Amino acid sequence: MYPFLHPFDRPSHYEGLFPVTNRYTFGISGEKFFRALKDDGVILGTHCPNCNKLYVPGISFCNECLLELEDWRVVENVGTVVTFTILNKNLDGSQRLDPEIVAFIQMGDGGFVHRLAEIDPKSVFIGMQVAAVIKEPEERIGSILDIRYFKPI
Amino acid sequence: MVTGNRYRALNSLPESAFHDGKLLYTFDQLNTHYAWDCGVAIGEYLAKLREGIIIGATCSHCHRTMVPPRLFCEYCFRPIKNFIPLQDTGTILTFSLCYVTWDVQRIEIPEIPAVIAIDGASENHGILHKIGEVDPHAVHIGMRVKAVWKTPEERSGDITDILYFRPE
Amino acid sequence: MGLRKVAVVGAGMTQFVRRAQETPRELVFKAVRAALDSCELSIKDIDAVCLGTAPDTFDGVHMNGEYLSDGAGAFGKPYIRSYVGGGTGVFVPIQGWYHVASGLFDLVLVVAEEKMSSYYPHAQGAFLTIFDHTTERPLKPNLLWIFALEMNRYMSTYGITKEEIAQVSVLHKRNAADHPAALLGDKNITVKDVLDSEVLAWPVQRLDVSPVSDGAVAIILASEHVARRITDKPIWIEGVGWSLDTAYWTNRDLAYPRYVEVAARMAYEMAGIKEPRKEIHIAEPYDPFDYKALHHIEGLQLADRGKAIELYLSGSARRDGNLPICPSGGLLGVGNPIAAAGLMKIAELFWQLRGEADKRQVAGSPQKGIAQAWGDLMQVGTVVIMGK
Repeated sequence: MYPFLHPFDRPSHYEGLFPVTNRYTFGISGEKFFRALKDDGVILGTHCPNCNKLYVPGISFCNECLLELEDWRVVENVGTVVTFTILNKNLDGSQRLDPEIVAFIQMGDGGFVHRLAEIDPKSVFIGMQVAAVIKEPEERIGSILDIRYFKPI
Repeated sequence: MVTGNRYRALNSLPESAFHDGKLLYTFDQLNTHYAWDCGVAIGEYLAKLREGIIIGATCSHCHRTMVPPRLFCEYCFRPIKNFIPLQDTGTILTFSLCYVTWDVQRIEIPEIPAVIAIDGASENHGILHKIGEVDPHAVHIGMRVKAVWKTPEERSGDITDILYFRPE
Repeated sequence: MGLRKVAVVGAGMTQFVRRAQETPRELVFKAVRAALDSCELSIKDIDAVCLGTAPDTFDGVHMNGEYLSDGAGAFGKPYIRSYVGGGTGVFVPIQGWYHVASGLFDLVLVVAEEKMSSYYPHAQGAFLTIFDHTTERPLKPNLLWIFALEMNRYMSTYGITKEEIAQVSVLHKRNAADHPAALLGDKNITVKDVLDSEVLAWPVQRLDVSPVSDGAVAIILASEHVARRITDKPIWIEGVGWSLDTAYWTNRDLAYPRYVEVAARMAYEMAGIKEPRKEIHIAEPYDPFDYKALHHIEGLQLADRGKAIELYLSGSARRDGNLPICPSGGLLGVGNPIAAAGLMKIAELFWQLRGEADKRQVAGSPQKGIAQAWGDLMQVGTVVIMGK
């Protein structure tokens, strides 16, 4: 038996990392939504006849009544800013040169968290109408970033 | 009583589906760098490993000597105050010949992980480590082994301060 | 004890596949839809939802339970997510059971889901976290080590050979050939096929293992008066048990799963079963590896230690034998989505006891069945006993 070591004489922590890489399929509805965005440059939603809700992005079942949804529709490219925030710092804490505007833009009964651009941050207001600026066909890869940003109408 | 269709088919994908350009998917990498607190018991364990000693803990209630050491006996739920040095020899409780690495690469010469009961600890109380300097097919349960340590300068307070165990 | 009787009234599952295109939410939705359709209920009838799924590492999604709640129809309902490793599949119905038995809810949906295929390059890497970060991970262990070490200890302690253990894999995979959702069913597999397969971590060979898969299963639990309105063949949950052993797995004898015994005794006592070998008609022990089925059968007190293999050698374990084991095909035959696999066994007992297991049906009108799952680093035992 011996006395415990002084805390300074024993290691306080052990460092390590474990790699976590994921390869995500987009799923059945995701594949449809992002295919339409990539190939046709359109935003798709699905309509639930039970609940009369238009889900954007389109999904294959209704969250509320669990009905399998088959009514895919092209959504008009008009959205409403429901809330927004202005980012002045980068993720690593350094100062941004230009502030970034992130907003939740409602389309149908759903919407997107995305960037707003072509607007002075001081002029953004809740309720303003915006439209998605979609990249050129050659630039699109089937990603949420195929929408470059939303700009005021 | 009508029973609906109780099985649902899925869109099963072969690996090739990810390489023929028709499937949409995305990669994501998480940043998972940790600094785990050792605590008192494992801190002592690692510090003593750097000195070339394996230590264990004895519960004064059930008289079990355990390794790695801990601050309380998990059966009696009482604090432990006695850490004691153990031997660096032991007996193989079980082992395996592993031809696959953790990231699914095939290897020719197998790694030999084993649970080794350490002399000085109670029966069936051991640690996970590897066996080396031995013909894989000569390893057997009950084999007597001894730790092979790194040199004092190389040791850093890590379970790998023991390189492996080899037959006594 | 003051607890109400609880019955399983519906069950549904997805196919188990190696790699599904469906997102985890879509997997959950399909299983839930199948379960609701099987007893003609709607999600609005459900009072609460219990879901089991593995934690963040596998999907790279924080709060996986919340992420999946949409597919589980948990919108606006009390919802709880649990995980005890592979034991989840039999633990989450226990959780659903006490939701109903306590009197709090009448109809509870229980779901278990796993999407293992998104972890890249192979889900095995995600299991690295099962090992202690300081005393074990620096050795670069992998998941196969645990099972190989345990299998070796089991074989050596009781003198059981690889040829004998391979019979388990053969029976289960042949059974699974009759399961519509199975991934690994094989009507023609032989002991030689198993023994010739690639050695991964001796004594474990490729056909001794059930590889990780994607899939989801859902069941519906109801209190007695509600169950009798929904179906004329409710299957009662007669006993539940769950138990945990110490995390210091290198300080235990790996030849016997005492945590399964503790869980089994708890379930037998609740079910009033005094002679399991006579009173249990079907057993679905957890079988991610073939030797594990034997290991667990002994823990469940259905065979003496080291003697479970005799049930296979004598033919007793076959569907037409005295004590059919894994008539579904088990994990070895159907597949291994970690959380969902155990619930697949519960669904199987549900169908077997109602006489609805089609080509897998065990003859002779079985009355009682036991399902068991196991989890983590040789730690968790979960047991459920079901009866007519």
